[in-house]
Amino acid sequence: MNVALFVTCLTDTFFPRVGTAVVHVLRHFGCHVEFPTEQTCCGQPAYNSGFHAEAAVLARRMIEVFEPYETVVSPSASCATMVRHHFPTLLAADPRWHLAAQRLAGRTFEFATFLRDRLAVDLGACLWFDEPVTFHYPCHARDIYGVDGLQSWLAQVPHIDLRVPEHADLCCGFGGVFAVEHAPISTAMVHDKLEGLAATGARLVLCNEGGCTMQIAGAARRRGLPLRFKHIAECLAESLGLLEPEP
Amino acid sequence: MSASDAFRARVAKAVADRRVVQAVHLATWRKVSARQAGFALLRNAEELRDLASQIKQHTLENLPQYLEQFVTQVRRVGGQIHWAKDAAAARAIICDLARGYASHLAVKVKSMTTEEVDLNHALEAIGVRVVETDLGEFIVQIDHDRPSHIVTPIIHKDRRQIAAAMAREIGCEYTEDPTELTKLARRYLRDIFRRCDLGISGVNFGVAETGTICLCTNEGNGRMSTTRPRVHIALMGIEKVIPRMRDLAVFLKLLSRSSTGQPMGSYTTLITGPKRPADPDGPERLHVVLLDNGRADILRGPFAEVLKCIRCGACLNACPVYRNIGGHAYNSVYPGPIGSLVTPLLNADRRHDDLPRASSLCGACYVACPVKINIPDLLVKLRAATRARQPWGKRAALRAWCWAMCSASTYRQGQRLMRTFLPDDGEGWTTRGVGPLGEWTATRDLPRPPSKSFRQLWEEGLADER
Repeated sequence: MNVALFVTCLTDTFFPRVGTAVVHVLRHFGCHVEFPTEQTCCGQPAYNSGFHAEAAVLARRMIEVFEPYETVVSPSASCATMVRHHFPTLLAADPRWHLAAQRLAGRTFEFATFLRDRLAVDLGACLWFDEPVTFHYPCHARDIYGVDGLQSWLAQVPHIDLRVPEHADLCCGFGGVFAVEHAPISTAMVHDKLEGLAATGARLVLCNEGGCTMQIAGAARRRGLPLRFKHIAECLAESLGLLEPEP
Repeated sequence: MSASDAFRARVAKAVADRRVVQAVHLATWRKVSARQAGFALLRNAEELRDLASQIKQHTLENLPQYLEQFVTQVRRVGGQIHWAKDAAAARAIICDLARGYASHLAVKVKSMTTEEVDLNHALEAIGVRVVETDLGEFIVQIDHDRPSHIVTPIIHKDRRQIAAAMAREIGCEYTEDPTELTKLARRYLRDIFRRCDLGISGVNFGVAETGTICLCTNEGNGRMSTTRPRVHIALMGIEKVIPRMRDLAVFLKLLSRSSTGQPMGSYTTLITGPKRPADPDGPERLHVVLLDNGRADILRGPFAEVLKCIRCGACLNACPVYRNIGGHAYNSVYPGPIGSLVTPLLNADRRHDDLPRASSLCGACYVACPVKINIPDLLVKLRAATRARQPWGKRAALRAWCWAMCSASTYRQGQRLMRTFLPDDGEGWTTRGVGPLGEWTATRDLPRPPSKSFRQLWEEGLADER
């Protein structure tokens, strides 16, 4: 299967290892991966801030960049949601663009759900952990992950010591521009999140969203909490021997 | 101080008040679990929420017709109708009625709509004593406080504050025992009920088919307040009308369940007209005041969906922002996610521009809403509607950022700039930033971009690996 990687600006800039892991894992499962280098940002910060004309410019640009590709995969749940749910709304006024947005929405997938639903990957055969693991769901992926998130899929992994945090679906308080515009609220929220994660006793946190990882990892480090954050793509790549394990 | 600074100051005060933050955390989490447990007992919760949402949608789309039917039916059963264009008109109508009946002592059922029009102060000003009869609302009143939650007005108070207020204001002996405090309030209110001459309530649902008004309470005070006095005045937002009695069944299944997890409230009071000759009790006069106060304008605009709200408070309980800043920070009768929509919509000025922006858009409110109001999407829409009033610097920054994202080469320059300007603490993190970045690093570290971006890695070999 030919897959175009929509790496997202945050992952590209701050978490290149996640992008690398995604490429290796997709190739491992037989995909031919392409990376359209003209891609930049999907416009989510502008959209969420109410700057819709500006966001629409970026949405149209993104549709053009990915026009030649039949399947688009992104390691970011919230950017995938931006494309899948908000692009069609944003471009609803222009029938031609609206149709193009719907077409892109229909062929864009978040990485983990792509593995689960399109490639039918048996996690049990390719993922293992040698320590307890907990997780954070990005809120904006609630509808693409389904009601129980990835929890039941992860539970298939043999011998996994999956520590479900109390209030697993609690927001981390990132929210893009919100994290700096209303920093005191955002901070109070991430402290609630950290409390739940730390209480599990696990030190490895699975988080499939760069924005959430910046927020939770940044607050954890400031508080001196010994938590490590990984994208499921990194865990898979390490388990499959495609990436050197990171301490 | 600008409105935005004032909001920030209230937030700073709220997040630092550990006592209130803890009280609100405890209470909201308890309510979230209760709601989830309550809904787990329903076989068809999703269908029921869809149905409730559709009934509200249909009613709003045909509001004039259902209001007309409601008005006709209320009159037919002997009630009187008054139309209030705005808060001032509602206060004037109710004060005139109170004067006309020579009222001295009014009892009130908890009602957010009467809070919205600030009724109590107006009545006190013309010499009518007003006593709140819902226990929480009674405590708010005697402690000269404001409700901080639309269902649980004293969610921010602990028992010590309540005990002190009770001892001070009603002259009882100081006790922190909740049962004892409740008994004391009950005894106090019984005497008020004996002497009152006017009952004032809100309306949870107005049934167009029959002209019935429905009140949902947990303490029986609603029934006492609307049967004991000679006159009952009900203030009802025009969006509270529903078509038929059978629709009421749908909402009664959802309202308390969403609020407190109860299958139904302890008291569901259906009032169809004043006392009839054969009735043993009930008020001789029933007045229903229908309040617009900006609702008709909302109905005509792109935010009509907010009028589906049944004021259950589930979105407040579910909201991680509300949980951390409490109700008072919103500076509105309606706090929480729904308040962040309704408050700026009802008061179309710049005072509340921060409310829709003070949200991570996590959508916990949408998941909890019994009538499926898409609050996060509406918050974004409201941000868009008021973007022109945003600070110049923010608008310029977002535009510049969008411009930079329009070409891969300016995007790459941006990445390089970031690597240059984010100071490194030696371990690959930024711990001290300036400007908006300083807002982040005041409480959180920021990972620094590694030396190579993904696209560099791709171009330098990842593309060709197999």
